[in-house]
Amino acid sequence: MNQHVQLPENREPDPAKFIPGATGDWELIIGLEVHAQVTSASKLFSGASTAFGAAPNSNVSLVDAAMPGMLPVINEECVKQAVRTGLGLKAQINKRSVFDRKNYFYPDLPQGYQISQYLDPIVGEGTITVDMIDGGSFTVGIERLHLEQDAGKSMHDQHPTMSFVDLNRSGVALMEIVSKPDIRSSDEARAYLTKLRSIMRYLGTCDGNMEEGSMRADINVSVRKPGDGFGTRCEIKNVNSMRFAAQAIEYEARRQIAILEDGGQIDQETRLFDPTKGETRSMRSKEEAHDYRYFPDPDLLPLEFDQAFIDALAAELPELPDEKKQRFIESYGITAYDASVLVAERDTADFFDTVAAGRDGKLAANWTINELFGRLNKEGLAIADSPVSAEQLGAIIDLIGDETISGKIAKDLFEIVWSEGGDPRQIVEDRGMKQVTDTGAIEAAVDEVIAANPDKVEQAKAKPNLAGWFVGQVMKATGGKANPKAVQELVRSKLGL
Amino acid sequence: MTDLTQLSMADARDGLRDKSFTATELTGAYLDAIERANERLNAYVAVTPDQALSMAAKSDERLSQGKAGALEGLPLGIKDLFATRGVHTQAASGILDGFEPRYESTVTQNLWDDGAVMLGKLNMDEFAMGSSNETSAYGPVINPWRSKKSNADLVPGGSSGGSAAAVASWLCAGATATDTGGSIRQPAALTGTVGMKPTYGRCSRWGVVAFASSLDQAGPITRTVRDAAMMLKSMASVDPKDTTSVDHPVPDYEAALGRSVKGITIGIPKEYRMESMPDEIEALWQTGISWLRDAGAEIRDISLPHTKYALPAYYIVAPAEASSNLARYDGVRYGKRVPGDDIIGLYENTRAEGFGHEVQRRVLIGTYVLSAGYYDAYYKKAQRVRTLIKRDFETVYRDGVDAILTPATPSAAFGIAEMATASPIEMYLNDIFTVTVNMAGLPGISVPSGLSADGLPMGLQLIGRPFDEETLFGLGAVMEQAAGSFSPERWW
Repeated sequence: MNQHVQLPENREPDPAKFIPGATGDWELIIGLEVHAQVTSASKLFSGASTAFGAAPNSNVSLVDAAMPGMLPVINEECVKQAVRTGLGLKAQINKRSVFDRKNYFYPDLPQGYQISQYLDPIVGEGTITVDMIDGGSFTVGIERLHLEQDAGKSMHDQHPTMSFVDLNRSGVALMEIVSKPDIRSSDEARAYLTKLRSIMRYLGTCDGNMEEGSMRADINVSVRKPGDGFGTRCEIKNVNSMRFAAQAIEYEARRQIAILEDGGQIDQETRLFDPTKGETRSMRSKEEAHDYRYFPDPDLLPLEFDQAFIDALAAELPELPDEKKQRFIESYGITAYDASVLVAERDTADFFDTVAAGRDGKLAANWTINELFGRLNKEGLAIADSPVSAEQLGAIIDLIGDETISGKIAKDLFEIVWSEGGDPRQIVEDRGMKQVTDTGAIEAAVDEVIAANPDKVEQAKAKPNLAGWFVGQVMKATGGKANPKAVQELVRSKLGL
Repeated sequence: MTDLTQLSMADARDGLRDKSFTATELTGAYLDAIERANERLNAYVAVTPDQALSMAAKSDERLSQGKAGALEGLPLGIKDLFATRGVHTQAASGILDGFEPRYESTVTQNLWDDGAVMLGKLNMDEFAMGSSNETSAYGPVINPWRSKKSNADLVPGGSSGGSAAAVASWLCAGATATDTGGSIRQPAALTGTVGMKPTYGRCSRWGVVAFASSLDQAGPITRTVRDAAMMLKSMASVDPKDTTSVDHPVPDYEAALGRSVKGITIGIPKEYRMESMPDEIEALWQTGISWLRDAGAEIRDISLPHTKYALPAYYIVAPAEASSNLARYDGVRYGKRVPGDDIIGLYENTRAEGFGHEVQRRVLIGTYVLSAGYYDAYYKKAQRVRTLIKRDFETVYRDGVDAILTPATPSAAFGIAEMATASPIEMYLNDIFTVTVNMAGLPGISVPSGLSADGLPMGLQLIGRPFDEETLFGLGAVMEQAAGSFSPERWW
């Protein structure tokens, strides 16, 4: 998009985010245009499959190959997905939108034009609340969301003198989601992309797999002295990973600051990020920009639907991350930070929901985040592949809750369930892992330790903290199964503390 | 035995059902006629005798089983713009060299489903851009009509020149055609045939090579009004593959023939009286008015005030859409490819060699009017004019006018190459009476109504309300009755 409009300032300047330069601080201004592949069985205007990884040119209909006389027919599911996404972005849904042709020649664009939406997109302004790792949050305005066709893929490495074209992606539905220039750092950009992806995954409207190309971003970057108006921006095209997005922004910010501090000017241009060199380079200048000759596609009538269509989709929307987070905080009593971590992915949130239901929410959050996620991360596993199910983890927490086992034993139990599986309660039963609460047995162990260590007993009288040493010895002697609270009380009373 | 090719479609239908002759005999008669005439007239760019005879044999089978479709065994010519499976489909352009689609257009499929037989593909102006059939990559079509004063070859009109010439010279029983600015009605008028352009959305555009999507519409060219009604009934349908096609019942158009026109109000638009118009066109118009008045219609003078802007607006909208529609002919996937040093070179060489001059001209005009800085001044303004033209018609229809009578063309057929040195605009003036109908998406029919002083056919045009083709067929039949039919002397 190359719309020259004066955009409002939606963020208060935050000096913590300023970039120090030789001539003082600089403020980084970022806007993102995300291309998100719509999750749908078939393409935006044809019945061809959208399956990833098919043999080249095997998912191509006559329409996708732009054979003479072929006509596009809108895929209603893609329209619904766009509306769902718009609802998820709390955005205005436009009951009438128009498909336009964006004309340019390229071998992977068979029609010689991309069917897109220009002046009348299906979704208008909305907002996304983004949480930061430090617990803060900020709001990014959404300018618009429109539907458009993806292009095919040119392959330049298949033949010494020719390029090959794979049209499998040609005509696949994309949502272009344009943010307002409300992002102020590469960290924020990552957090925004993560949140947007999370919302779309919750909605089931885009799988967000950047490595498969189902989510790409064009990044608009400019810098300015705090308090100044917006500077000239450069657009970094087609960035296909979170890490590259952050690298590209950092590089581009430094490049622009260096030019400006040398007394130079930024040329408005389109740039490409080179991941191997970690730098951006010029692709085309403003003067070389295409004239896309947009005009309404005469093969397609304006897209129109009524409020009932929107209402029906709204009624079926799942609980979205923000609402879920609020519910987790309120009904499980967990911290905002833990709630953010838990709701980031729908699978994770659902897992936690099962673990926490009817249990101590804080304990459930600790075990889910620290023990389970920690272990999954270490093993490089996704939640869906977790060897410990939500039911199993819940059972472990139940055993802690009813004091059948101690927290320490619970960790051992977790290990057993992780590697061997099984019903945690049964395991505890079978392997004699139950906590010893029989005070007689504990008392005997305490007496034994006291009798064997008269010197320590003397020292403890002067220094009551040494009671902890006795507790440790008793726990050791009982194989960790003694109820630590009972041991503590007995040690203190026997030592006369 | 009588010459079977002289029969109207309706009479041939009766003959086939009466077993007076077979579909194979009828088809054979047309194939013989094509064999004898086509070298001279150049109406067909591809003849498909094997397919025709095999389709005819199947028709004979169905006829004998009493399972005949509405067009069973009737041999048709198909404009080269319609995709026909496994058969030459090039829009008479070099850029589609060798292109044979794996699909069948909805319109032709409808015809085959009703039992019609395909004789071959008909010549036309390249990509339907032209009014004389001289822009075809296959050379001009020769009008079977000649002036009384000269044996010089005349144009059959365009862009459906092959369709009109083939019908007029008995090389098919009827033909499919398409009309973007007059491409059915103008050649029909210049060859003494009937040409019906139905309401936009009446026939599916799926599988019809696109010229200007918002204006293109398929229709028949036939020797009689009844034949046109028969053919349109089969061609028309709503099509899920063309979302601009309209879900409106297809009536029995033939039943509208012979309906009384008493009490029908005919509008005569003053803006169609052009200063440079030959007297004989004006006289023809007056004759047509008196036929309809005599039949009981009420004649009313009307005004369509934005008519004069229609032609310039059309020559912005149509090329704009065409410039985009023709972008797919890039030498990458099908048709002609002329290599170049790089991809841009391949595009340039392919399109320079593959497209003729008129097509190139319109692609350039279309690209220009859509360019940044010109879009508002040209394309947007032309679309506004289009809305006003539409409103002109809506106003008179709302005021009780049922149909509008105008000349179909500003002159009778002219000579081959006669316009070669003229400005392209003079050629575009051929569409002056017909483009308004496309701009408004209305139905229009051209009915042969008389002969010029030189003995050449001239047509009158009836314009109807949206989806009221029936009234046009009814009125057309009245005019046909009054005018009689017109056939060229066979010289080829």
